[in-house]
Amino acid sequence: MSILIENISKKFGHFQALSPLSLDINEGEMIGLLGPSGSGKTTLLRIIAGLEGADTGRIQFGDRDVTNLHVRDRRVGFVFQNYALFRHMTVADNVAFGLEVLPRKERPSATEIQKRVQHLLEMVQLEHLASRFPSQLSGGQKQRIALARALATQPEVLLLDEPFGALDAKVRKELRRWLRGLHDELGFTSVFVTHDQEEALELSDRVVVMSNGHIEQIDQPGALYASPNSRFVFDFLGNANVFEGKVANGKWHNQQASIVLPHSVIEQESTEQKDGQLYIRSHEFFVSKEPTAQANLPLRLIAINPIGAEVRLELTPIDWQSNDVWEIDLPHKAFDKNCFEKGQTLYVSPKAAYFFAHDAQQPVLLNWEASKV
Amino acid sequence: MATHLSAADTRPRHKRVLPGLSLSLGTSLLFISLILLLPMAGLVMQSVDMGWDRYWQVITDERVVASYKVTLWAAALASIFNGFFGLLLAWVLVRYDFPGRRILDALVDLPFALPTAVAGITLATLYAQNGWYGEILESLGIKVAYTPWGIVLAMAFTSIPFVVRTVQPVLEELSPEEEEAGMTLGASDWSVFRRVIFPALWPALMTGIALSFTRSLGEFGAVIFIAGNMPYVSEITSLMIFVSLQEFDFPAASAIASVVLMASLILLFAINIWQARYLRRLHGRS
Repeated sequence: MSILIENISKKFGHFQALSPLSLDINEGEMIGLLGPSGSGKTTLLRIIAGLEGADTGRIQFGDRDVTNLHVRDRRVGFVFQNYALFRHMTVADNVAFGLEVLPRKERPSATEIQKRVQHLLEMVQLEHLASRFPSQLSGGQKQRIALARALATQPEVLLLDEPFGALDAKVRKELRRWLRGLHDELGFTSVFVTHDQEEALELSDRVVVMSNGHIEQIDQPGALYASPNSRFVFDFLGNANVFEGKVANGKWHNQQASIVLPHSVIEQESTEQKDGQLYIRSHEFFVSKEPTAQANLPLRLIAINPIGAEVRLELTPIDWQSNDVWEIDLPHKAFDKNCFEKGQTLYVSPKAAYFFAHDAQQPVLLNWEASKV
Repeated sequence: MATHLSAADTRPRHKRVLPGLSLSLGTSLLFISLILLLPMAGLVMQSVDMGWDRYWQVITDERVVASYKVTLWAAALASIFNGFFGLLLAWVLVRYDFPGRRILDALVDLPFALPTAVAGITLATLYAQNGWYGEILESLGIKVAYTPWGIVLAMAFTSIPFVVRTVQPVLEELSPEEEEAGMTLGASDWSVFRRVIFPALWPALMTGIALSFTRSLGEFGAVIFIAGNMPYVSEITSLMIFVSLQEFDFPAASAIASVVLMASLILLFAINIWQARYLRRLHGRS
């Protein structure tokens, strides 16, 4: 079922939790609401569910206007962050709850309910736990039971609030894949809230990035990664180092450090030659022990962390300003060849960067490698 | 002592990190013995002195048995009433914010703070035939003061805080998510209460009712002023103890008292065992 959100806003006291925002969700889509805490993503999810009322605006499920419909009549499946399983009921009773409370006319017979519960438990691969109580389950098991319970009434919309937040990394990955499979198989429309960019990018058809109660960007994961449209999205999607530069003599300067403007910018003369910030992703670097013709960015190596396929270097600026520690990812091969050591002074040159001029909202993609040719 | 100071013995000898176990536990046990166990033992000793036949004769005396019935019935009615009303009061105090909520919250403890005799006299005055409430009830043909209903009223009044104060904290800690989960699954308000909230409150409510019941069994001060104290009709067991004492028949008084004591103890243990089982299931320590 498609979901239409139009001009929804919400205030808690004086706090504007959501500025009027609109969002169109297609039938069968999986949408990730991504943002830091306090960005309004959970509030938006709860408004879609009907657990919270919006101050303004309209919500429509398919052709059905549900703006003023009570949560129990909206027929959505909702999975809570802490699972909210009924503690005094067995797993089977938990899953059966949605069917047991149906009005007498619509309620399936007791044997039918039992069959459906059995089927749902098989679907989440936990049929052997039917007579356990929630307190006897692990986090991942609780999460799957919560999902089975939400799906028992066959809702066309499934809403999940930080579904994997409280689980360890391995279980989280497993469940993510499993949820995606389930979504593709059953074809419901789902919206989930997360603050984990990796989760959002991996799981969603489209990601909605939120901050301070409004939507920053809506895009498919690939497009979002390739062209973040604001500083916030860039910061939040992470792994970017920021170089604050002032233009002079074809270079961006920051105290003793400098980066040469790429050809594409020099050719454009004045239009792009502005002061601003360069956002450089952690893997878009060339690292050497001497400055290059293209950049003079001296950094001190303070930590070396091998992470999966790459080695992450943490560096602090020498004689220039940056708010954060710089992180640079190198392939193991490149790292092993160079034998870098902690405490060493290294020089890095960006291969590509996104440039935000001080007066611009939209970034410009810069590329040094292409210009070398 | 000197031998203990060898190097090997300087490491901490206690496994527990928190200090003071032996001191605090010892003090507690001493006090429990002094103020609880010793008097109870004295009570039993008094009754043992009188011999089994005499003991049995005293506790099965017709008038005393009638008082058991009155006390049990009245206490049962009072605690069941408190179960309903106390739950309602706790619900209102926890769930809603209204002007005067804090005052109401403080007033709940009044029956604990008020001397029971004062409560008894006040209730008797209010519900007497010419009292404020009594007059109205009289016109409806209902008599409360100086009847067994008066006993129920006095018992309910003095023991209502037990229910409110046991249910209140549990209600406060109930997670709103479980209720919301119930609602997203389509349950009506009543279904959510019956299937989600009530099962969580049930153990606390039962404990509250049981405490209220045991307290009512032993209530004396508030009851005697309003009960009328007619033999076989509105005499409570505590009064029978008092009457025996006034006749300087101490063994008889302790014999009757031991019956009340046994009843209360059995009830308290039973409710504790039941509650432990129920909670174990909830918290998964089985």
